[in-house]
Amino acid sequence: MNLEIILHAGLATGTVLLFAAIGEIFAERAGILNLGVEGMMLLGAMAGFSTSLSTGNVWLGLLAAIIAGGILSLAHGLVTIHFQADQVVSGLSLTFLGTGLALVLGEGLSGQSPQLVPAFNIPLLSQIPFIGPVFFANHSLLVYLGYLLIPFTWYYIFRMRPGMHLRAVGEKPDAADTMGVSVYGTRYFYVFIGGCLAGLAGATISLSVSPGWYSTQTTSGQGWIAIGLVIFAQWNPWRAALGAYLFGALRRGILDLQGPAILLGFANPLYVNSNYGFFLQMTPYILTILALIIGSRQAIKKRLGAPAALGVPYIRGERGL
Amino acid sequence: MKLPFTITFEKRVEDYPKWLPAATSIGSVVVAFIISGFLLKLVGGEPIRVMNFFFQATFGSWAVISDTLVKATPLILVGLACTVAFKMKLWNIGAEGQFYMGAFFASLVVLVPLVPPETSGFIVLPLMAIMGMVGGAAWGFIPGVLKAKLQVNEIITTLMLNYVAILWNNFWIFNKWSDAGFQMTPVFEKSAWLARITDYARPYSEFIETGGGLATFMTAIGLERISGMTLHLGFIIAVVAAVVVWWILERSKWGYEIKLIGDNKEAARYAGINIVRNIILVMMLSGALAGLAGMTEITGVVHRLQERISPGYGFTGIIIAWLAKLNPFAVILVSVLFGALLVAGREIQPAGLSQLLQGIILFMVISSDVLLRYQIRFVRLHKPAAGEVEPA
Repeated sequence: MNLEIILHAGLATGTVLLFAAIGEIFAERAGILNLGVEGMMLLGAMAGFSTSLSTGNVWLGLLAAIIAGGILSLAHGLVTIHFQADQVVSGLSLTFLGTGLALVLGEGLSGQSPQLVPAFNIPLLSQIPFIGPVFFANHSLLVYLGYLLIPFTWYYIFRMRPGMHLRAVGEKPDAADTMGVSVYGTRYFYVFIGGCLAGLAGATISLSVSPGWYSTQTTSGQGWIAIGLVIFAQWNPWRAALGAYLFGALRRGILDLQGPAILLGFANPLYVNSNYGFFLQMTPYILTILALIIGSRQAIKKRLGAPAALGVPYIRGERGL
Repeated sequence: MKLPFTITFEKRVEDYPKWLPAATSIGSVVVAFIISGFLLKLVGGEPIRVMNFFFQATFGSWAVISDTLVKATPLILVGLACTVAFKMKLWNIGAEGQFYMGAFFASLVVLVPLVPPETSGFIVLPLMAIMGMVGGAAWGFIPGVLKAKLQVNEIITTLMLNYVAILWNNFWIFNKWSDAGFQMTPVFEKSAWLARITDYARPYSEFIETGGGLATFMTAIGLERISGMTLHLGFIIAVVAAVVVWWILERSKWGYEIKLIGDNKEAARYAGINIVRNIILVMMLSGALAGLAGMTEITGVVHRLQERISPGYGFTGIIIAWLAKLNPFAVILVSVLFGALLVAGREIQPAGLSQLLQGIILFMVISSDVLLRYQIRFVRLHKPAAGEVEPA
């Protein structure tokens, strides 16, 4: 029960959710709801793990994970953008497809140990008391990449021209189309980016946070939690980061609760009977629901909402929103 | 090379022909099988042999047909659960959790126990069915209320509750009712078993000896042996449930409201339909059907509460509902196909293959929906007359 350790581990675990949630923010900002995050993550985790194992090069592994997630997401793109199919059902089938592919291709991978993403200290910054060891020491490269991704995403979406086009396509695609922005092209692109980041999130698990291939247990629903976080975050990368790291720390803190025999002066019930651990394992899922409730209430109060065209297919020349 | 015609997609002006949805569904399954065959070839399998094995293992004899129908039973019920919710565009993907909660509540009847152990099955089983439905409905009620009152996205809440339900079940199986430390409860009393065909095996063999027209007929179709056939009463329950769901959706006022909300929420609101109430009720009905599936599974198949009673039935239910185009009777047929996939999946390697096939099938189905909205036309290009410039 050491706060420093919990926060440190929380940042690492939270990076998984961060990548997936930011990817989903990009896709949803463009108006495409992609519920296939869990499937893309699992495929990414498998592709990264297996590539790193066979080539002995972890960077190729990460690249493979990104590509695998991206390619899989294009299936969702084709079906929802061109065929105008229901995005919910298509996303669900993407989860099945990704999970199935990962299981079939990932046969016999468990129990192996490939090269992992290296961890290192950031010079100078890691010397700062408390903050240094928590944020800047002994983290994998991916955690630092996550730090950079948050401000970049925010700047990109809210301050840069392509980000403005992205938001226009998600809010009012017919207006964007009139202004010469390719609605289909933009949507494909950000669905692809979302897939790439989900794939990277998967590889973050299998090559860094909890290395290994444990079939569907590898992701154990984190893709869904990431989608929940996006709603909680109201499609804002800063809030998504806050949620992701908080969740990461909680996940870790929960594990640590089972350790000590005495907790706050009482016999620790979790230590006495490990079966109470099942209730601890429920907490991330229950917290996701709570986060959603909080997010929805705030959204109603502030009249904030999902991108207006989220889930609505765009057909040129038809009355849309 | 230049084709003498071009292929164009045109938006349908008239309604599509009645047979088309069924045709696209069947076509999707066939295409999905072909694609998976290629994928299997790619990873070094033998698709033809696997497919042949698939049909032998699932429809090859009466015994395996019985196995297939056993697997189809919970699928029909969860398929119906998804159907009613999806009709209202309510995305209940928590049938898995509702299934587990149904199984848990139904088990309470014999594990607590709520009735004395020597109670007749005619009381125990209906009570278990009711409890199962109550459990599932309760698990559907939570996301229903959150959606209706607070506009909380039901996709995520139902999904999160799946994990909670499975962990909840595990707690009781491991902690309270563990059978000598195993991850399962003791076997239920026989009064809590749904009747199976094999239970009638002895009287039937005597029946064969006495001879008669029916016996000759049964022998002729190869049904001499029914011992070992585990098809249980749950299948009948599931089929009855399909009829009830059909009646609710197609013949009752409530069903009309559900469909109207699904088609056009605003119109429904102006028509004075209480949307809040309907969201909660439909989620509860959906949950109750999934919970009933949990009950039939523990009373008809495993006869105890244990870990992993569902290999993802709740999720397969989503695909089934969609493939059946939300038609309760089609749900039965599609469930039999998916039951077959599950039966074969137990033996087919690699293990994820049947899940992969499910994903591809669902993708094909939603892609083929484009054919319902657009028609493909082959437009013949006319020969350019002399002097006329051929269009680029």
